Amino acid sequence: MISSGLGALLSHWRRRPLQLAMLLLGLSLATALWSGVQAINAEARASYDRAAAMLGQDRFDQLVPTSGEEVSQETFARLSRAGWKVSPIVEGEWRVGTSRIHLIGVDPVTLPSGATAAALGVTSDLLAFITPPGLLYVSSETAERLKGNSTPPLKVSPGMLPSTAIADIGIAQGLLDKPMLVSRFVVSPDQPMGRPELSVVAPELSLKKPDVQGDLSRLTDSFHLNLTAFGFLAFAVGLFIVYSTIGLAFEQRRPTFRTLRSLGIPATTLMGLLLIELLVFAVFSGLMGVALGYILASFLLPGVAATLSSLYGASVDGALTFRSGWVLSGLAIAVAGTLLSAAQSLLQISRMPLLAPAQPRAWARASERLILVQSAAALVLLVAAAALSEWGSGLVMGFAVLACLLLGAALLLPGVLSGFLALMSRTSTRPVALWFWADTRQQIPGLALALMALLIALSANVGVGTMVSSFRSTFTGWLDQRLASELYLTARTDEEGDRLARWLRPRVEAVLPVWNAEGDIDGQPGQVFGVVDHRTYRDKWPLLEAVPNAWDRIVSGDAALVNEQLFRRGHHSLGDMITLPRGWKVPIVGVYSDYGNPTGQAIVAIDALTHHYPNVSRLRFGVRVDPQKVSALRREVVDTFGLPPQNVVDQANLKRRSLEVFEQTFSVTAALNVLTLCVAGVALFASMTTLSGMRLPQLAPVWAMGLTRRRLAELEFWRTMLLVLVTLVLAIPVGIALAWVLLAVVNVEAFGWRLPLRLFPADWLRLGGLAILAALVSVVVPLRRLSKVTPATLLKVFADER
Amino acid sequence: MVLSLSGVSKHYDTAEGPLAVLSDIDLDLAAGSSLALTGESGSGKSTLLHLAGGLDKPDRGQIVVAGQAVSEMDDRGRAAVRRGVVGLVFQQFNLIPSLDVAANLSFHARLAERSDPAWEAELADRLGLLPLMRRYPEQLSGGQQQRVAIGRTLATRPALILADEPTGNLDEANGDTVMTLMLELIAETDSALLMVTHSTRLAGRLDRQVKLTQGRIVP
Repeated sequence: MISSGLGALLSHWRRRPLQLAMLLLGLSLATALWSGVQAINAEARASYDRAAAMLGQDRFDQLVPTSGEEVSQETFARLSRAGWKVSPIVEGEWRVGTSRIHLIGVDPVTLPSGATAAALGVTSDLLAFITPPGLLYVSSETAERLKGNSTPPLKVSPGMLPSTAIADIGIAQGLLDKPMLVSRFVVSPDQPMGRPELSVVAPELSLKKPDVQGDLSRLTDSFHLNLTAFGFLAFAVGLFIVYSTIGLAFEQRRPTFRTLRSLGIPATTLMGLLLIELLVFAVFSGLMGVALGYILASFLLPGVAATLSSLYGASVDGALTFRSGWVLSGLAIAVAGTLLSAAQSLLQISRMPLLAPAQPRAWARASERLILVQSAAALVLLVAAAALSEWGSGLVMGFAVLACLLLGAALLLPGVLSGFLALMSRTSTRPVALWFWADTRQQIPGLALALMALLIALSANVGVGTMVSSFRSTFTGWLDQRLASELYLTARTDEEGDRLARWLRPRVEAVLPVWNAEGDIDGQPGQVFGVVDHRTYRDKWPLLEAVPNAWDRIVSGDAALVNEQLFRRGHHSLGDMITLPRGWKVPIVGVYSDYGNPTGQAIVAIDALTHHYPNVSRLRFGVRVDPQKVSALRREVVDTFGLPPQNVVDQANLKRRSLEVFEQTFSVTAALNVLTLCVAGVALFASMTTLSGMRLPQLAPVWAMGLTRRRLAELEFWRTMLLVLVTLVLAIPVGIALAWVLLAVVNVEAFGWRLPLRLFPADWLRLGGLAILAALVSVVVPLRRLSKVTPATLLKVFADER
Repeated sequence: MVLSLSGVSKHYDTAEGPLAVLSDIDLDLAAGSSLALTGESGSGKSTLLHLAGGLDKPDRGQIVVAGQAVSEMDDRGRAAVRRGVVGLVFQQFNLIPSLDVAANLSFHARLAERSDPAWEAELADRLGLLPLMRRYPEQLSGGQQQRVAIGRTLATRPALILADEPTGNLDEANGDTVMTLMLELIAETDSALLMVTHSTRLAGRLDRQVKLTQGRIVP
């Protein structure tokens, strides 16, 4: 009984391979986009975990300088003498040619055995490691980058992160130019009893507990949440296809279900068989989806890795590792999505009375009744979105607003379309037009899901496109303000910096130091920059808000400007006091935009900076000079000081690099956006193709009354175009609302900056073109079917009704 | 007795209140015999057929099919009776549209685990279906579809065949041909036949006739 029943159910798909292909394709695509994003996230998180585990930050206590700067190695001696079992670490950015490497110096003798550096085998090569020139442990990718540069001997270790190197602390101090300095200490878990308190031995240090999540993981959370939200959006759009195809397949098989029941298959067995059928499809599509997701992630991961590196300084492997976690999650979500999509249909079948007459299109008629309920639910969701954006807070709330907005708009679509078509029907007098509008309205329930999926995809495209374009436009203007100097120079030593500045002053309009100290600002890692009093800042610096005479206050040395993210994160107001490294408290007199920077930043007068942080490195300068003279000056600087070319960067070059970083940041978003639109296109194609098989009973009477098949095909074509165009027109305001939420709510919560909304109608036209293309593709099969239908087939409709 | 109904009543709830469809029906049908159930539309003929086939449950009374009290059974039990004991022939044919004629013909027998390819081949031959075996229901005429439905039912050699207006969708000539074939084959399988029909001419070809009026058997 089981095999016969299952065979009868599956025979439906054998007779409708296109419908089966749509179901499997929809589910595979949905799973692919979801699992692709999960694969990227899993890879990134694994890298963060490795970074945290590199020196045992995830397992061991740490002693860190309260000032945020390095402490003298003498502190280590003091701690050791007092009985503290700690291991010193020095770390920093090490410039090698054009590469920047995160160099970590460790003391292999005192390092606790659980720290990754110990696991790398450093201790087995001890003599070579600690004896000059030392050994550098690097990944194969880093070794490749360092090839040809003058470095200590390299030893490739598969456990190393990209762009990271481990060396002996003495060697690293030399390479980083941090002689006898220590960045932090790893605390061994087995400490002697009765040792003196830390506040007595080393008051300049504070104890930091193990950080399981890791700083990078926390910092990049918003980025991954954004990716996950996109993956989920694409998955939801894919589920529309699955829901639509399953619903129609169940509806088409309703008479078969009844026949099977009447021939002796119990209702529970029938439900079981349907569940088996669905699970087979779900597992097959899930596996396909996971494989596609892997390919997708492989393509996107290098872009994501570059983005994470430029935005957060996070090192993520550019190559994907096969992880069972996301494979299983991909399969699980495919199965869950299929069951969710089929739940309503299964429920209807379980409640289907055995004796009720088979009702073709009953599903569509029930959907018509649902339109009113859907519209009411849509209004509730839209009101909820407005209320949440007005009174809610937090990133999750931001995504809740997006979800309410998109779902509300999608649910409202059938009602709006139905109302529009009813209006057109009332205003039509010619019989064909009257039939056209009424018939189109009758199609709405069957096409509603595909159109809703299309609306969501188009809205997401408009919304994300508007956000990215607004961001690009703002960012470009901001770069013009921020990178006002025509040339940027980096000296190799402080002494060379002084000479360079003295040499430049008579030759240029102004030399603007770009010096900064690093440390905790309001308890979070940040940077303090110093500025000289020059009109470049007064005229060009992008202040979002400021007290009157803010620049005068800055020059006086007792005030600070802060970047937007620091200002928003701390919920500050102008005039609030802020604590800079080493406990220096100053009032905030202004806020400036600082896109692309995840950390807090403050600006003070240059004299105040050097006064409070005398060890600040004085290497970098901005130079104001006649743009015509930039090339000549650049050559002269290189010739006179022998500076490497990468240390002399002109404004245009810097802007181009910044914009490249910007474009890369959104390349993943753009790719996911396009893929979501593709999925929606497939949804439309699936619905149109499936419905076209059920159209004959509606078309035959009109054909019998004198409309040619060609005329009917034309009307079918215009019907699809009309529905897609109306959906597109509705998607634009929804997309703009979406962009507003992204710019004013999600970005502020995720990155700490708010951007102005700008509209780009040319982008909408391009998107409209794509939507029309999707519509054209989706009507190909129905039109071909209609053009091939024979008069005998049309007549059969009446014969069947006899 | 293959079929025995005693004191069977059935009502449906309507917007106007409960509507009695069958009242105190007593009916017996022996193996190899045939009975025509006639009456006006709404007299309860189809309801009686559905109750006999275990498609529905009576409010009161007992229904026994081939020694099994169908009226006392749950859904699973009644499904087993339909699968193994009863054969149903509908006015609407109710073939499985996605299976071809050959698969439809053997489908019920395979469900009942009584598939007999030789018997099915003979049925196909006798019903004139051999040239149509690879066709799908939508490619058949009404008469052809009904011959497939009859073949599907007879392939299981059921103890009881319940037919609801089996020729109602066919013209007179086609209907007569199908009916003749069906009666011949039923006689060979020794099945009992309970057939609902409006046609007194068709009813006259069966062993007995019972008329229903407003849910009661007219003496």
